[in-house]
Amino acid sequence: MQALQIIWFLLIGILIIGYAILDGFDLGVGFWHLFAKKKSERSAFIHSIEPFWDGNEVWLLTAGGALFAAFPPVYATVFSGMYLALMLVLLGLIFRAVAIEYRNKVDYPVWVKFWDIAFSVGSILPSLLFGVAIGNVLRGLELNGIGDYTGGFFALLNPFALLCGLVGLSMFALHGALYLAMKLEGAVAGKASKWASKAWYAFIFLLATVLPFGVKECIHGVKEIPMAFILLMLVSNSCVYALNRKGRSKAAFLTSCCTIALLMLAVASALFPVIVPASNNPELSLTVYNSSSSQLTLTAMLIIALIGMPLVLAYTVFIHRIFKGKITVVDE
Amino acid sequence: MDAVLLARIQFALTIGFHYIFPPLTIGLGWMIFLYQSRFQETGDPAFRQLARFWTKMFAISFIVGVATGITMEFQFGTNWAAYSRFVGDIFGAPLAAEGVFAFFLESSFLGILLYGEKRVSPKVYWFSSLMVAVGATMSAFWIVVANSWQQTPAGYRIVAGRAELTNFWAAVFNASTLPRYFHVVSGALVVGVFFILGLSALMILKNKHTEFAKRSLKSVLIPSFAVILITMFVGHHHGFQVSQTQPAKLAAFEGLGETQTEAPLLLFGIPNEKEERMDFAVRVPGLVSLFVGGKFDTQVQGLKDFAPEDRPPVALTFFSFHLMFYLGLWFALVSFIGLVLWWRNRIFESRLFLWMAALTVPLPFIANELGWMAAEIGRQPWVVYGEMRTADAISASVPAGQILASIIMFSLIYSLLFGVWIFLLRKQFNKGPGPLEGEVA
Ligand code: HDD
Ligand code: HEM
Ligand code: HEM
Repeated sequence: MQALQIIWFLLIGILIIGYAILDGFDLGVGFWHLFAKKKSERSAFIHSIEPFWDGNEVWLLTAGGALFAAFPPVYATVFSGMYLALMLVLLGLIFRAVAIEYRNKVDYPVWVKFWDIAFSVGSILPSLLFGVAIGNVLRGLELNGIGDYTGGFFALLNPFALLCGLVGLSMFALHGALYLAMKLEGAVAGKASKWASKAWYAFIFLLATVLPFGVKECIHGVKEIPMAFILLMLVSNSCVYALNRKGRSKAAFLTSCCTIALLMLAVASALFPVIVPASNNPELSLTVYNSSSSQLTLTAMLIIALIGMPLVLAYTVFIHRIFKGKITVVDE
Repeated sequence: MDAVLLARIQFALTIGFHYIFPPLTIGLGWMIFLYQSRFQETGDPAFRQLARFWTKMFAISFIVGVATGITMEFQFGTNWAAYSRFVGDIFGAPLAAEGVFAFFLESSFLGILLYGEKRVSPKVYWFSSLMVAVGATMSAFWIVVANSWQQTPAGYRIVAGRAELTNFWAAVFNASTLPRYFHVVSGALVVGVFFILGLSALMILKNKHTEFAKRSLKSVLIPSFAVILITMFVGHHHGFQVSQTQPAKLAAFEGLGETQTEAPLLLFGIPNEKEERMDFAVRVPGLVSLFVGGKFDTQVQGLKDFAPEDRPPVALTFFSFHLMFYLGLWFALVSFIGLVLWWRNRIFESRLFLWMAALTVPLPFIANELGWMAAEIGRQPWVVYGEMRTADAISASVPAGQILASIIMFSLIYSLLFGVWIFLLRKQFNKGPGPLEGEVA
């Protein structure tokens, strides 16, 4: 049973990492969409993510479903506790989904402008809020005996969590710029690469601010294993900078995927075996052991995952191969 | 306002809006696959033109289904935390399976269907249209499993105040899964097919793209008759299952107050909840008994057999069930008339028929919503039938004000999306299918 519980903690971790890496780049593209000056560039940005973004988002949906199935009390506590924040995430995700499909359907400036803004705002909101949520979980939430959050909305807006939000935003912005540099051609690709450098500095600056703060704020402190992941992440992130400067955009993007994974692993290992720490009373924390589903459910789900996830990887590779190659920006 | 009521309103609003789109995309998805298959077989560009036009309508609609589905995935945790803790051991797995088995498949191949016609071989393109339809139909399966378990729970026991899985397959194939699944899918096909039928008829009436519209209309006449018959047949079976598993719900469907033999089928009536009877009732004696037990003297339980706190609200359940049923008859009539006119070669002259078909477009959507209202409101006061009451299911930590705020937010966004969706459908309708031969734009 213990082994199963740990496996499910890892599997959900993998789903969240997969989400951060994959949707991370299209959320990041949404951020830069705001800064693209030319119409042709904006069209190319949308074009570069069009066939992929929905599949990317399914990682989030599946992570949500899997959390519900494997650790129902966590699903219940986190989403009811962060109610308003989640509603804003939904607002963002709804608008960006529709914006991507609808902006090209009518060739009328106000129409295009509206959906362009919806796409960017809809990308920035979730990018920020995911980080805020993680920051709050790291700090611990005030829980009652049933596991309901009792801290109130404004307690979620503490400086540490907000900083974590900015870290997340800058991380996705970096990742998205690297994706654009890899996927586009010509002058725009160069511009994206410069954006990536800027985002890199922002990311490093924010990390440097949040890390010392984090050691104090994290309810469990930061022990050796998370520290090791953070060091590895910093190494990998330096490579991202160097590779980007050298113009090796594909390698830079792939290394950025590693950076994201390592950062998430640092968070996961800082928490484990707790999933949602209770800041008021450690006894009330939701852990891998006290809030999992039954052995039978975890086993059934493991079988579903073992059959399903190879298929998912196969589709993902297949679709990226079909739409491989660079996208040209046609100036009008 | 009461948090339970608000949470219910929010759930009904978000799921009701989501459910406008999946039936359409399931139905259109299969028709697009049919056109692609015919194109593969015959090489006739007319079929490719049909596939391309309806794929555009499909894309416009699909995206709203996706956008509103995201809300649903988290809704159980946000508004129904107590419910989530109680049923998570069982209810979560189908939601996760839906992601793993259906959404990934659907979203990947959708990318090819919408943006990849030039990049892949015709065979792969055809295959993608199949996978999109299969993916949509599978996602309906897993979500119906979850819902059916709420209706007729099985394969579990209660341990320490929560439902724990004891038998996976018993939970998946509980008493109502298969009847509900087949009825839901056939209901979805009705939406898709009548959408094509009605819009094609409207094109002919407005003298737009007539060559295309005539082919399009003819292509769905036989399917429309077939799917509505199947839907009614499966619906009948589904009703029988309800009578066996949820007697209080059946009593509400039929507006049956007293337990009786020779229970009548109520064709029409206005529930009078105060006096617990039906006003203006038109009854066919004995039919419900016959339906439930095969004999006129089968005893059927009436509502008064249940304690008042265990009875579903009668009026809403009764009306939604009956309206769905009458709409089903109407669809059968429309498609039957269509077939007869086609057979006599008069179909394009009959403006009456064309108008009937055109005005029918929104009705299958409504029939689907009504079916769910009957099923879900008829389940009340239980959220898990016989195990957990709806009033005990909500998130205690969410203040009513926040729920209200989110209801307002969703109402605004969804009204906007609905308006934009209709606007784009109209635009595509006016623009028409494009040339018969040639590349995709
Ligand atoms: C085009 C759509 C459509 C049409 C024409 C019909 N239905 Fe339906 N019906 C649905 C679409 C639907 C649905 C939306 O798919 C529901 C909601 C929940 C469910 O199981 O299926 C449903 C529910 C539903 C239920 C409730 C099941 C429950 O409470 O669990 C019954 C008994 C029927 N239907 C029976 C019928 C009959 C006898 C019909 C004959 C005319 C009929 N339906 C036409
Ligand atoms: C509360 C229950 C429901 C939840 C949690 C839910 C969840 C979702 C989610 C997350 C998506 C987006 C997937 C993506 O990004 O590709 C979606 C779309 C979809 N859902 Fe739902 N859904 C629910 C009810 C239903 C029902 C009842 C059906 C069908 C019977 C259905 C069928 C579909 C289909 C076919 C899609 C693909 C988009 C479309 O066709 O419009 N869903 N749903
Ligand atoms: C897709 C079409 C559906 C529609 C139109 C629909 C409609 C409704 C309505 C009207 C209610 C409110 C009932 C009341 O408060 O009297 C409700 C409640 C609910 N339904 Fe459904 N439903 C659908 C599908 C589903 C599915 C697929 C699930 C589960 C997977 C589900 C789970 C629930 C839950 C948890 C509630 C809240 C508790 C309650 O009020 O009963 N529904 N639904």
